[in-house]
Amino acid sequence: MDTIDQIAMKLDEAEKSGSAPTIAVEDLHKSFGAQKVLNGISLCVRRGETLAVLGRSGTGKSVLLRLIIGLEKADSGSVRIHGQDITGLSLDQLGEIRMKMGFLFQHAALYDSLTVEQNVMFPLQHHKKEMSTSDQSNLVRQLLAEVGMESHLEKLPSDISGGMQKRVGLARALALEPDILLLDEPTAGLDPISAGEIDDLILKLQEEHHMASIVVTHDLHSAKAIADRLALLNEGTVVIEGSFEELQKSDIEFVRQFLGHS
Amino acid sequence: MIDGKFSTVAGVEPPLPGPRPSSMFPLVSSSLGLINKFLEWFGDLGVFFWRVVRAALTPPFEFRELYRQLDEIGSMSLPLVALAGAATGVVLSLEARYSLTRFGAKSLLPAAIVFSVIHETGPIITGLVVSGRVGAGIGAELASMKVTEQIDAIEASAVNPYRLLAAPRILACILMLPLLTLAADASGLLMGWVAQALVEPLSLRQFITAGFKGADFNDFLPPTLKTMVFGLIIGLIACFQGMRTQGGAAGVGRAATSSVVLSSLFVILADVVLVKIILIFFP
Repeated sequence: MDTIDQIAMKLDEAEKSGSAPTIAVEDLHKSFGAQKVLNGISLCVRRGETLAVLGRSGTGKSVLLRLIIGLEKADSGSVRIHGQDITGLSLDQLGEIRMKMGFLFQHAALYDSLTVEQNVMFPLQHHKKEMSTSDQSNLVRQLLAEVGMESHLEKLPSDISGGMQKRVGLARALALEPDILLLDEPTAGLDPISAGEIDDLILKLQEEHHMASIVVTHDLHSAKAIADRLALLNEGTVVIEGSFEELQKSDIEFVRQFLGHS
Repeated sequence: MIDGKFSTVAGVEPPLPGPRPSSMFPLVSSSLGLINKFLEWFGDLGVFFWRVVRAALTPPFEFRELYRQLDEIGSMSLPLVALAGAATGVVLSLEARYSLTRFGAKSLLPAAIVFSVIHETGPIITGLVVSGRVGAGIGAELASMKVTEQIDAIEASAVNPYRLLAAPRILACILMLPLLTLAADASGLLMGWVAQALVEPLSLRQFITAGFKGADFNDFLPPTLKTMVFGLIIGLIACFQGMRTQGGAAGVGRAATSSVVLSSLFVILADVVLVKIILIFFP
């Protein structure tokens, strides 16, 4: 009988060898009152891979991300992070898992009373207490430099644009060096140039940090640019999953309709 | 409608008069709905309280945030509480002087003011002023954080929002209310004396000596410490209302209003119960 440490080690080895998924979602169901949002979703993402989740507005894409990070409770099904089912974990137990995850919210969700620097430092102050303040500060500057925001340290979120807020949100999501990155509509509401810059940034970060990423978007152009695989959602289920070319070859009416209008 | 229809059909007797379900059922069902909502709210409040207690008692402890809240809730409320206490002292002095003079008991005026202020007026005024100022502030701040997903962002950063946001605010309310009550008592007594001294020469020393004659520790300590319960109510309800907000800017407004209304209401209700308990245990 393997101990928990041995199981964790095997999972880690399996993950590194690319045989085990970092994120595995199985038969996930979620309803809000009478409205069924997710109806048996199953997905998996491996280390170093980016999955784009596409679909019309209101098809439960963001809910799926919130379920994966544990901000919502699933009605049934499982979400496995590094092999551990997180459904049913307490807030503190979830905290341990979340330290390995970075989350970029649709509207960045920066703390509006804190400066750009303090926003990125927030996770470090809570989880890297062994680091000195100057080391934390250096790391924050390095992260902000990575997203091109090193010259806006003292500004408040209200003083910077939406695209800049997303960059800062991305830097905050990377602060704890996560091996999972969840991005909720990273280019929504941005002009094409800013959206392209964010896409390039995500690609660069993915190459450097080699994380398992899920990007929720309705922007097919962005999905094609940053994702290895795409999953198209409709009425709470995955209609099709595969590469962009595979989606293009599909005979499914909804897929053709979606690609045709995007 | 049905009555009219039946009465017009030949050979069919109209239905017997009796309770009309169409007018009664909505009333009953809406009352049951309200009771159901109230019980649901209480249940959710209980679960919220349990989460806060569990988060507050397990490390890591958020001392920096607690210190910030002690300052925000205590120091920032002090001028308003002192002013409210002073105004109450003046009013009490003027009203009590008029009543006691009518009944020939003017000499009891200092004692009447002292007992009124330290027993009831100081604590309840402090409770209501803090529930207005702090309840609205906490409710609106947390509600705003909730609707802009900042609380979700805290949770996503693997930080327990009950530990970081709710526990320090509630604890600060519990710790600061008795101290603010002392300030309200002191300013109330001082201004009560000023109001009396302006009408009839009386030194502060004479006022205090006459006022506290016959008073003991039991007259002072339980009423002051009962405000810790007020603090718990204000902090708990404001955090709860703020952190469960939904619905954008309107939701933030509703959270701020409901925080003040509910915390004031429950402070008054708790006062009724606590006064009775204090009278039983500290006669």
